[in-house]
Amino acid sequence: MSILIKNARIIDPSQKIDSKGSIYIEKGEIISCGGASKKKADTVIDAGGKIAAPGFIDMHAHLREPGREDQETIRSGLRAAVAGGFTTVCAMPNTDPPCDSQAHVKFLLEKAREAKMADLLPVGTITRRREGKEISEMGELKASGAPALSDDGSSVEDAELMRRAMEYASMLDLLIISHCEDKALAGKGVMREGYWSTVLGLEPIPAEAESTVVERDARLAELAGARLHIAHVSTEQSVDIIRAAKKRGVKITAEATPHHFSLHDRDLRTFDTNMKVNPPLGTEKDVKAVRQGLRDGTIDVIATDHAPHLESEKEKEFDYAPFGMIGFETALSLAVMNLVDSGILDWGQLIGKLTANPAAILKAGKGTLKEGSPADVVIIDPGKEWTYDKKQIRSASSNSPFVGKKMKASVTHVIRGGRPVYRNGQLV
Amino acid sequence: MKKGSVKWTRKDLLGIEELSPEEIRMVLEAAAKFREVLTRSIPKVPTLRGRTIANLFCEPSTRTRSSFELAAKRLSADTLSIAASSSSFLKGETLKDTARNIEAMKVDMIIMRHTCAGAPHFLSRCVDASVVNAGDGAHEHPTQALLDVFTLEETIGKLKGAKVSIIGDISHSRVARSNIWALTKLGAEVTVCGPKTLLPAEIEKMGVRVTTDITEAVKGADALNVLRIQLERQNRNLFPSIREYVRYYGINTELLGKYARKKIVIMHPGPINRGVELSQDVADSEFSVVLDQVTNGVAIRMAVLFLLLSKGKQSGE
Repeated sequence: MSILIKNARIIDPSQKIDSKGSIYIEKGEIISCGGASKKKADTVIDAGGKIAAPGFIDMHAHLREPGREDQETIRSGLRAAVAGGFTTVCAMPNTDPPCDSQAHVKFLLEKAREAKMADLLPVGTITRRREGKEISEMGELKASGAPALSDDGSSVEDAELMRRAMEYASMLDLLIISHCEDKALAGKGVMREGYWSTVLGLEPIPAEAESTVVERDARLAELAGARLHIAHVSTEQSVDIIRAAKKRGVKITAEATPHHFSLHDRDLRTFDTNMKVNPPLGTEKDVKAVRQGLRDGTIDVIATDHAPHLESEKEKEFDYAPFGMIGFETALSLAVMNLVDSGILDWGQLIGKLTANPAAILKAGKGTLKEGSPADVVIIDPGKEWTYDKKQIRSASSNSPFVGKKMKASVTHVIRGGRPVYRNGQLV
Repeated sequence: MKKGSVKWTRKDLLGIEELSPEEIRMVLEAAAKFREVLTRSIPKVPTLRGRTIANLFCEPSTRTRSSFELAAKRLSADTLSIAASSSSFLKGETLKDTARNIEAMKVDMIIMRHTCAGAPHFLSRCVDASVVNAGDGAHEHPTQALLDVFTLEETIGKLKGAKVSIIGDISHSRVARSNIWALTKLGAEVTVCGPKTLLPAEIEKMGVRVTTDITEAVKGADALNVLRIQLERQNRNLFPSIREYVRYYGINTELLGKYARKKIVIMHPGPINRGVELSQDVADSEFSVVLDQVTNGVAIRMAVLFLLLSKGKQSGE
């Protein structure tokens, strides 16, 4: 099948393109990108000046299957991802059972194939059963299709183990994605320590619970010569550490979630459990630093940390509710409203954080509209105003503090592997 | 009472932070009237007859629970008391379901004490009934602060410019937070004092002076509000021992004799750990207004119940 997208503003940071033109797709590949096209195609999409970009890549999402299919399944998750413009999703391995074997990786890939929506990249665990005691069979995980490993949900507490895990992974050129959290310092905390945790009387988590582990992992990665990616950076301290490590030449990259550049600790005044996240929402200084980190390249990637939870699990006293919020369907809008509109990033830089940068870090041949690449394309209406209606949510869960809120910028079309999967508000 | 200009419009009392000084004054003025009622031979008024008030206490309490129950009864309301320890909470029933079930029995108000900060806010989103926060974790205990400022004003005359020191485990204290709001809104100068490990982050931004030196907190103070030290905190390395805490932060006659003003007022929300935060002598001394606090507590709570359930009507019979 062939598709012609015409009259688009093509933004492809991987090729440093931002210009008007058309994209011709055939047999799942990008045949041509840019300039006018007179080619005949089975499907013609007139972008009408809207933005055409590579399909987004989410480096951090929780699809809950196997184990908590009531919260989300691979199918419902990948459908929600597409509705948000994501054509590739990295599935985090803190499922039940955790993804630490080739059998598990193959299960995920098979489920994703059946869903026929976004592509799934399985992230394996760093340690066997995600228990933090022994390294997992990394060679096998890589061979079956995992580009990265993470014990996300926890840090690897044993520093010696983390060192050896990094050394072994680097031998296989596997990326280590680290969730940095010192559980002892975090204690029973539920929000970031500062003026607002004091006013609200909620148990605090100091920034040092994150930053001390970022520092540790950066030093260990330096020692091991490993590639390290810091998950969900949320503090000024962490941004400073990553910036310094990059300066020293450490192979370190970082991501930030939309909620960590859009919301603040003071937003917890309503005790809305949908804003209870780990790591917690930052202080004013933290959010400023995260935004600045995105601006100056210290933070390479925007990733959602999409974390579905049931309404019944979240409708509780703040202390008792689980951590996490969904994010696929609001990521683009939050980025536009909080980063592009305020001049922190221009459109090219934003799209880079969602495409070229994650692709480079994962060493996946995606996130680009270069001729010959898989045809993963998203068309964006940058000015479209819409309301995040609970009934329209594609995820099986609806735990988002943005439900009912006005959003700006939406995805109008998504093509994955040369096949249209989303068109004008409907999944295909 | 200002005639007609300020009206009480809230249906819930969740904290002091959101109250204006005028709203605090309304409660204090109503409380003064209700305290007079408490001295009558039949200390009862029919103001809330026919209304039903439920007490939902998810944490142990002597003073607050009895005080609210009495306040409701003195206003002729019907009362209902649920203690979490003997309720379906033990069967795993959620707070939301519990509250809605209570409301389904046509209850007008739920007074709740809970271990979790924000629980009353959550509750107010689940039910249409009025919600009163009787203490939510370390967050707020609005009626305690109201009775504290009421008692203090009565004792020393004027709150504006008064120097009040709050002593103890500030980090975990809802009494401290509510008092800081109430006192600063009414123009008092507040100092908080405790070991550094028990002082929360950036508390000076609440408009208080912070010190770890008890002598600094006592010098020049018109009143001390001494908080209960929770003995179980010792296990979390927040202070090394009770012995050391008493030595450096215990209020005793020697300390007061050396540093305190002659007419210093000693307050404590109760229950007192005698010999720990207050020595036996100080607890029973002429400086202590602890029992006045308890008496005033009933009047303050009558005022709160009255204002919330009869929004707009200004006169208390």
